[in-house]
Amino acid sequence: MLNTVYRLVAPRRFEVAFSDIDLEARQVIVRPAYLSICHADQRYYQGARPIEVMKQKLPMALIHEGVGEVVYDATGTFQSGDSVIMIPNIPTEQDNVIAENYLRSSKFRASSFDGFMQEHVAMAPDRLVSIDSSVDKVVAAFTELVSVSVHAIRRFATIAHSRRGVVGIWGDGNLGYITAIFFRTMFPDTRLYIFGVNQEKLSQFSFADETFSVTDIPPDLLVDHAFECVGGEASQRAISQIIDHIGPEGTISLLGVSEYPVPINTRMVLEKGLRIFGSSRSGRDDFLKTVALYHSHPEIVGYLSNIVGAQLEIRTIADMNKAFETDIHKSIGKTIMIWNK
Amino acid sequence: MAETMVFGVILAGGDGQSMEQAKQYQMLGNKPVLVHTIEKFYIHKRLEKILVLCPKKWLDSTQNMMEQYFPKSNGRIVLTESGTTRNETILNAVRFMEKQYGLTQDILFVTHDSVRPFVSYRIIEENIEYGLKYGVVDTVIPSSDTIVYSEDAAKITSVPKRSIMYQGQTPQTFPAFMFKKLYQDMKEEEKAVLTDACKVFVLNGEKVHLAEGENANIKITYPYDLKVAESLMIP
Repeated sequence: MLNTVYRLVAPRRFEVAFSDIDLEARQVIVRPAYLSICHADQRYYQGARPIEVMKQKLPMALIHEGVGEVVYDATGTFQSGDSVIMIPNIPTEQDNVIAENYLRSSKFRASSFDGFMQEHVAMAPDRLVSIDSSVDKVVAAFTELVSVSVHAIRRFATIAHSRRGVVGIWGDGNLGYITAIFFRTMFPDTRLYIFGVNQEKLSQFSFADETFSVTDIPPDLLVDHAFECVGGEASQRAISQIIDHIGPEGTISLLGVSEYPVPINTRMVLEKGLRIFGSSRSGRDDFLKTVALYHSHPEIVGYLSNIVGAQLEIRTIADMNKAFETDIHKSIGKTIMIWNK
Repeated sequence: MAETMVFGVILAGGDGQSMEQAKQYQMLGNKPVLVHTIEKFYIHKRLEKILVLCPKKWLDSTQNMMEQYFPKSNGRIVLTESGTTRNETILNAVRFMEKQYGLTQDILFVTHDSVRPFVSYRIIEENIEYGLKYGVVDTVIPSSDTIVYSEDAAKITSVPKRSIMYQGQTPQTFPAFMFKKLYQDMKEEEKAVLTDACKVFVLNGEKVHLAEGENANIKITYPYDLKVAESLMIP
């Protein structure tokens, strides 16, 4: 079946192309319903990636966060009309030790190949997770981002030592907020501190035990473990502050993406015997865990709805440009495209 | 009254010297254009069946084609003979339905050119939605060219305001039996100037609702169109 793919061909320029979907193949045909814009999409859209990367990746359909509706399933796994979250990571081999999102052979939508900006997306049934009608689809649209936090927290659960009296999260943006909500739910007995720069944003973390401005942290304050959700140029300062305020043998979970190498005070890492681990992307198990938490703790979905920013209906290519431009000028929040293609 | 039954009706009556030359049977990528078009309707759950109307001489080979490309269709794609004109073809479709379901069943037709394989899911979905809500639907796009009106094909009679001009595409959606009634009551000279089905309703004073088409929903008319279509395919 002919399928319209909306590809970025140059910075700020989308064009249509057509793929041919095999209706007989063992795959599920999903119609995207709500798509969420990520920083990574913006870097392509604005042409902020190095020129050789742009050359190699474009033309390519953007977006790796989204929820859709099953329209046709040759595998018999789903009913047409089912709401499903789409998993952008596509493993190409099985490995009993290494998680699917770290296998170098895995492919990723809107990075290695076309993302979800399409009329239909053909997917293997194990790349889809059903949600029931009680879950707000606008929130479900950015489950991929949420599952990255859940993935990091699940790894924290196996890596960090058992003294978990106080945990600090550095970063008051979307990622910090999401990580905080899920940490609170998954570790309700741990005291949760949030460290950020923007008082207004910090006031949204009403469920945390305390919030601190990074310019005003009490010198004797100590956390047992920390999550870094800052990224970018501020990564270095955040990591350095964490190292100062973390107790011995604490674990630092890195989640923030930086385009540049970040210097780290290794002397103090050695002295305190710290463990630093990075997390990136997520796999099917993380999506399943995230959706299970949506269903068992519906208040999570309510908290997540606080970071929904603009919602724009998409019927034309001009609407797509408008959504990306709107997203550039936001201060916080996820921009959602109500996909009607 | 039972729920309205909605059918996809693919108009593939276009003739040619040979089957290979008829546009609906030409290859686009690795499938005939007709197969691409049917696929767009095939995945719509709301459509009871997809009725395909093609010239009598190609019924058997089209049937083989359906079996080859839709091996699991389970009777969902039905073939029957097309008529001498577009509206006669639609009339054949109505007669076919009468035999199958009787005259009391509400039947909505979503009729579509077999040579518009790029129709989107949304366009078909909105045709079904508006058809159930308003009755008759035409798919259009705003005219990008200025339309010039000339009565003698030599001089301009007038230039209509472009902003109220639209170009007709398909699908065109309407209740099957209403079409038959209005069409059969028309005089032969009225029938002779019909170029599409919606005009039957307009001439009879029926309201026709507009559905938003798309530029990509092109009709493959000339060899050039097929080349353009091929060039837009992702290898």
